[in-house]
Amino acid sequence: MKKYGKFIALVVIIVGTLIWLATAGIKDSQTYYKTIAELGQMGDRAYSKKLRVAGDIAPGSIVRKGNVVEFTLTQEKLNLKVAYDGSDPLPDTFRESAQALADGKMGHDGIFHANKVQAKCASKYEAKPGGKPAPAPTYTSKASS
Amino acid sequence: MENIGALAVLLAFCLSIYAVLGSVTGKLRRNPFLIVSGERAVYAVWFLITLASGVLVSAIMTGDFRFVYAAEVSNRAMPMIYKFTAWWGGQAGSLLLWSWLLSTYAAVVVFTNRRKHRDFMPYVVAVLSAVQTFFLILNTFVASPFQMLAVGKEITAVADGNGLNPLLQYPAMAIHPPMLYLGYVGFAVPFAFAVGSLITRQPGDGWIHTTRRWTMVTWLFQSCGIVLGMAWAYHVLGWGGYWGWDAVENASLLPWLGGTAFLHSVMMQEKKGMMKVWNMVLVSATFFLCIFGTFLTRSGVVSSVHAFAQSPIGKYFVTFLAIGIAATIYLILDRLDYLKSEAQLESVISRESSFMFNNLVLLASCFAVLWGTLFPVISEAVSKEKISLDKEWFNRLMIPIGLFLLILTGLGPLFAWRRTSTDSLRRNFMWPGAASIALVGVLFALGIRDFYALISFGFCLFVAVTIVVEFFKGARQIGTKSQMNFARAVVELTHRNTRRYGGYLVHMGIVLMFIGFTGAAFNKNRVDEMKPGDSVTLGSYRLTLKDTHEGENDNYLWQSAEVAVAKHGEPIGVMSPESRVYKIASGRQPTHEVAVRTRLNEDLYLNFAGINGDRAVIQSYVFPLVTWIWIGALTLIFGTLVALVPGKVKREYARTQVVGITRKHATVEK
Repeated sequence: MKKYGKFIALVVIIVGTLIWLATAGIKDSQTYYKTIAELGQMGDRAYSKKLRVAGDIAPGSIVRKGNVVEFTLTQEKLNLKVAYDGSDPLPDTFRESAQALADGKMGHDGIFHANKVQAKCASKYEAKPGGKPAPAPTYTSKASS
Repeated sequence: MENIGALAVLLAFCLSIYAVLGSVTGKLRRNPFLIVSGERAVYAVWFLITLASGVLVSAIMTGDFRFVYAAEVSNRAMPMIYKFTAWWGGQAGSLLLWSWLLSTYAAVVVFTNRRKHRDFMPYVVAVLSAVQTFFLILNTFVASPFQMLAVGKEITAVADGNGLNPLLQYPAMAIHPPMLYLGYVGFAVPFAFAVGSLITRQPGDGWIHTTRRWTMVTWLFQSCGIVLGMAWAYHVLGWGGYWGWDAVENASLLPWLGGTAFLHSVMMQEKKGMMKVWNMVLVSATFFLCIFGTFLTRSGVVSSVHAFAQSPIGKYFVTFLAIGIAATIYLILDRLDYLKSEAQLESVISRESSFMFNNLVLLASCFAVLWGTLFPVISEAVSKEKISLDKEWFNRLMIPIGLFLLILTGLGPLFAWRRTSTDSLRRNFMWPGAASIALVGVLFALGIRDFYALISFGFCLFVAVTIVVEFFKGARQIGTKSQMNFARAVVELTHRNTRRYGGYLVHMGIVLMFIGFTGAAFNKNRVDEMKPGDSVTLGSYRLTLKDTHEGENDNYLWQSAEVAVAKHGEPIGVMSPESRVYKIASGRQPTHEVAVRTRLNEDLYLNFAGINGDRAVIQSYVFPLVTWIWIGALTLIFGTLVALVPGKVKREYARTQVVGITRKHATVEK
């Protein structure tokens, strides 16, 4: 079994290194997905963690102030003010009434400071299941077979 | 028309079930008529799905907006070519494309093997048809592309459709999904052959020989699909990157990693009769990763830029994956005795062991990417909190893994089978090693201190030199023996053993891509709000905003910035990044047409983000070496094509017998 000893040692070293890389500093890489409602219930924990919040961009709420873009996210009638000051340009899909994901930290001023914003990619611009179908009049979808 | 389409899909679904049952029953009852009828069913399924696809595509092309799908993904104003590509512009259509590609593959497999592998072809047909059945369930009952718009009981049409997202109206994006799907779907074939040969306990590696080209073509399609996706992200999305470890990107990478591992480890089975269980596991894993990739992209289980909404098709995929994986595991465990290895590992420094570590690391990276992608789902199940991992986590893990694989690319092919003598090690590695150490020294002296970048450049040179030396040595030998000039000798050498030298070319492509990736360590960027006349400096460039323009046409409103660029004080021209707002039915869609000045050493990349008051927001980036990614990708494609050409010298890879072999033989096939 001596010759397998070397293999086992190498495998252990490789796998061990990878596990170490994967776990070391994982805390800094974690982002918590929260709804706006949950954000309100988090208390002080909300200020220390990296968070991701989803919602619809409220119509008329997008304001540019220098390098900061402010907007309001709406989710189940709750509002959250967001200030985006990241260096990347806002995505092309970012516009009023679009769904957006904001990554960042909750500030003590009650404003969510985002450093990354994603907006729903419109290639999936399709009716949500159980939601309203995409275009004009009120119709029911019906399979024709 | 819509009825013909829907009926065709429904009939195809029934015939697929028949193909599964007919083939298996025919095989068990030894009834050749049933077996043949199963194969005919495969052709019929292809015909029916082609018909259904034809109906759908013609509805989109002629603007029949009674079709929900046509109204969602197309409009009248779109160019014809994008109307055709709107076939896969949405959920239902992409799934139909999946089915169509699978049925095409299945028909080709049945046709080319109509006189071969008669003993296990029924199972191949059964497996392919079972997969087909699953996708036809989705096409027929869950996400039918033949849904019509109706008010009450009346079928109606809307005046115009939503139109394909302008972001997707880009050549690379038009062919990216079918490329990726050709790659995803293709792995069903090697998988089906593996299962067929496992069920019937075939002696030998028939399934590997038969599917080698399939696997490579499939792998090639996947590689193209991934690179096209990167090119699209770089040139269209305007965020100046090509890879962000997004769930959907990861979904395309996972089967590629599995497939790469499989392509390498089958060589162990062909030449040494080792790793048989492993190959079964790998080909199955790769196939299920392909299905899983489709699931990730299509169900939106992990929030990503591409899909937020949960879709009802998720649970169908999960069920299919669960049944498929359980059945495969059972089959492999049940037939473990048949998969016994014929040889053993002998030395850590041997070709065998380099393959083993290549596989270990590829699989580890696959697992890491999977873990990172599914972390939100896992953490939600464990702690009720949905937690995602960011780009840095992936980079921290994947950069070392990538570098390790890179160095193996150089080391592996130079190790001899079984064991390598220290003498040959010294001979083979002295020059590449010395060259790369010298390069690292020079780069360090030039002031580059990024640890990974230094290592990466060193490894790249090492691997490149080993490959060039291999070509050089072989060609010189042929040249002197048969009086050829050097260039012809290289071609002759490659032609004699396309597999080996094509493989080297693929490795060279990977090296070039790594050079491009490493350039990212030296990216520079800045964002400025500029008034006409303002200047900024980025690296050796000086950018001056001369003016902004705006205008409108039928399709979109546009604003463009006129930026004069000077390098080292020398004016080198004007670049005009543009920002557009497309007028589409579902609202206004802004896009950015970036201006890129591409050179081999670096790209200058300008994005006009918009107007803020009276100032233009200009984002400028310098991306060193990024072009080498695309050059590397082309090299990789070329190398794969070379490897697909049949070799001039027919090589029977005689198994090295374990008993009674002299050491001399071990290095014959170096």
